[in-house]
Amino acid sequence: MCAEIGRLAIFTRNSVWHCFAPPIYLRLILQQMLRIGYNSLPVVGLTAFFTGGVLALQIYIGGTRFNAESLVSSIVALGITRELGPVLAGLMVAGRVSAAIAAELGTMRVTEQIDALVTLSTNPFKYLVAPRIIAAVLCLPLLVAVADTIGIMGGWIVGVKSLDFNSSVYIKNTVDFLEFGDIFSGLVKSAVFGFIIALMGCYHGYNSGGGAQGVGKATTNAVVSASILILAANYALTSLLFTT
Amino acid sequence: MDTETPRKIPPPPRKPLPPPPGGVVQPAVPAADPTPAPEPKSPIHIHLRDLHKSFGPKHVLNGLNLEVPRGESVVIIGGSGTGKSVMLKCILGILVPDQGSILVDDKETVGQSARAREAMLRHFGMLFQGAALFDSLSVWQNVAFGLIQGRKMRRDEAKDIAFTKLAQVGLGPEVGELSPAELSGGMQKRVGLARAIAADPDVIFFDEPTTGLDPIMADVINDLIVKCVKEIGATAVSITHDMASARKIADKIAMIYKGEIIWEGPADEVDNSGNDHVQQFINGSAEGPIQMEVLKP
Repeated sequence: MCAEIGRLAIFTRNSVWHCFAPPIYLRLILQQMLRIGYNSLPVVGLTAFFTGGVLALQIYIGGTRFNAESLVSSIVALGITRELGPVLAGLMVAGRVSAAIAAELGTMRVTEQIDALVTLSTNPFKYLVAPRIIAAVLCLPLLVAVADTIGIMGGWIVGVKSLDFNSSVYIKNTVDFLEFGDIFSGLVKSAVFGFIIALMGCYHGYNSGGGAQGVGKATTNAVVSASILILAANYALTSLLFTT
Repeated sequence: MDTETPRKIPPPPRKPLPPPPGGVVQPAVPAADPTPAPEPKSPIHIHLRDLHKSFGPKHVLNGLNLEVPRGESVVIIGGSGTGKSVMLKCILGILVPDQGSILVDDKETVGQSARAREAMLRHFGMLFQGAALFDSLSVWQNVAFGLIQGRKMRRDEAKDIAFTKLAQVGLGPEVGELSPAELSGGMQKRVGLARAIAADPDVIFFDEPTTGLDPIMADVINDLIVKCVKEIGATAVSITHDMASARKIADKIAMIYKGEIIWEGPADEVDNSGNDHVQQFINGSAEGPIQMEVLKP
């Protein structure tokens, strides 16, 4: 266990160093942004939409017990921007992207493509790891911004269509109640989640064992460790930075 | 594929110094050459001394010693799991030996910095057993990869060289635009060979170059290896199980057993080595001093 933590710490240090040390492969970063960010839009959007909708329903059901139905729009906006947007987007992207990165790098490891990079005087951290980490850190906040918007919209649709809220009042309550800090805290968290997602995918893929079983194990470990670390980091960040 | 740094332009030749004031002509003394003469290179290109490497309780290399003469083709033969690939990876710096020394051009490479290793590897080429082509890149991009990334050559210039090298291994320009997944095993090996020789390296490693190929394609690859190594005058180190391949490409053969070199000599002496292990290996016999760890029913 201690050895594993030590290996991860050294891997993280090397990864962060190569994110800043030139050369920076801009084309590879853009390529990864497309794969991590743009291609994750449907899954993140759908998750946010249904979460916003279900949140509106649940808060309405709970709120009617003490005549607080009018709080639905505000609580949906707060819940989505501060917690559910970043966490659910992070978890969905972890499932999709961490697994893909681990499988790709794991296959490169077992087919000796990573060794081939070394023999061609190219540092695998710079060429494979750094572009993925940079792209994930940049893309997750953008994805979460989209998730926040779609999630609030999901709540609004359910509120207006199913719960008979007045559309303009719902929107006004949302806008009036929401503060910049609510959105900002979610975006900061999501950048950290992006780092965790890419790091776990790269770490497990890069150190993948031999054969198909090794790559499968690396993929599973990447998704599980990324998901747990996202939830742990979410608690730590919320309790340390965003409780005020 | 993303850095398109142009090659460094060499500095212009120095102008001769102007005559001294007063027109005094200095006695004609032969001017000292500003560029020091290159140091004579050691006849031993790669020297492995007392190399040890273990993975947990398993000792793979046990004090391996080997000298690879400059410009010669050395073939390492030996059974599976005897340490051939580990030895190669130690030389390349992919694995770090537990003990011992690796000298390349008389310079110690064990413990050298990552930057120094990258600089050293610019003079190395390697053909991997499974070719190890990057499946996200086209064939010509694979061949040109080391030129663009390692040597910072311009992309169009590297592309021209890539197509020349592909032609050298008998592949037409139409192959250059394909993806590695569209090629047969033999073609992938040839692309791997083109990538290994693309930068005209001083040293080329071949990791089981004929494994998994039919006998005719294996002979084609052997011929190409001999031709390419001779053309660029490189030092070659190959590891193989295939004695036909070893006989064809080797100037010198060394046999590795239990992590040690137990015999080495000129390729034409391998049949009269006088070593029971070597004889058993080249005859492919189950009976002899080498006993495989196979449970008998």
